[in-house]
Amino acid sequence: MMSMAAVEVGKHLYWEIAGLKLHGQVFIVSWLVIAALLAFATIGTQNLKQAPQGLQNFMEYVYEFLQDIAKNQIGEEEYRAWVPYVSTVFLFIFASNWAGALIPWKLIELPEGELAAPTNDINVTVALALLTSISYFYAGISKKGIGYFARYVQPTPILLPINILEDFTKPLSLSFRLFGNILADELVVSVFALLVPILIPLPVMTLGLFASSVQALIFSTLSAAYIGEALEDHH
Amino acid sequence: MNPIVSAASVVASGLSVGLAAIGPGIGQGTAAAQAVEGIARQPEAEGRIRGTLLLSLAFMESLTIYGLVVSLALLFANPFTS
Repeated sequence: MMSMAAVEVGKHLYWEIAGLKLHGQVFIVSWLVIAALLAFATIGTQNLKQAPQGLQNFMEYVYEFLQDIAKNQIGEEEYRAWVPYVSTVFLFIFASNWAGALIPWKLIELPEGELAAPTNDINVTVALALLTSISYFYAGISKKGIGYFARYVQPTPILLPINILEDFTKPLSLSFRLFGNILADELVVSVFALLVPILIPLPVMTLGLFASSVQALIFSTLSAAYIGEALEDHH
Repeated sequence: MNPIVSAASVVASGLSVGLAAIGPGIGQGTAAAQAVEGIARQPEAEGRIRGTLLLSLAFMESLTIYGLVVSLALLFANPFTS
């Protein structure tokens, strides 16, 4: 029982590829998550009907929900191009958080480290946050050209250092928020499971499921908000 | 491993979460109180108020999480004990 409920942080299954050390457990779980999402999307879009029912109905509901995130933050005119990015980020984070919480990974023995949500590795969350940074720079520059950088001296040039600093704090806070929340959930659950293995951790696990879905929502909402901010017109 | 550094790291990791929880705790209390007041005033807006409240609570919570990340770094990936 003790080995089922050990607290492990900072231990990884290393894959040596071309002199790089990769965290293998992150890749395994994220490939599974991507495969599951692809399978859902393919099965849901086969045999489309005019009046949706079953899985197609559910997929349309999910699509409208994701579209609303982008529409609320970016605005009616320009949100369409960014629906794919925002929804991909949401679905990947949501599915990996829930996969980490719902699938009993501890039953699978690894030589080192353990299978868990990919988002409890800081490298994954930093990569996602940097994708968001690149996206909003791309959005702003492709819309306004070099004039995008005028926003650094608005409303006054005195705010220039703070505006530049903001470009660094945005990915920092995005990545730390997601990483910290997911790791904290898993740590709390494993500490509870260490103390009382049966029944007591269940409410905490439910809270973890709720919190991790809110984190996925927050990450995608904030990404959309940053993109919307970059696209906004200053007069 | 220097015992003073270890002891200081453990104390600091406890303090970093504890201190980081004070501000967001007050903030979340204020936000929840205002939301309850809003719902009492306008029960028909409950859905939107709840959504906004949850989102902003998560923002405040992330401030504590920053403290937690610092304390986890001190506990599991301490740069000073090498």
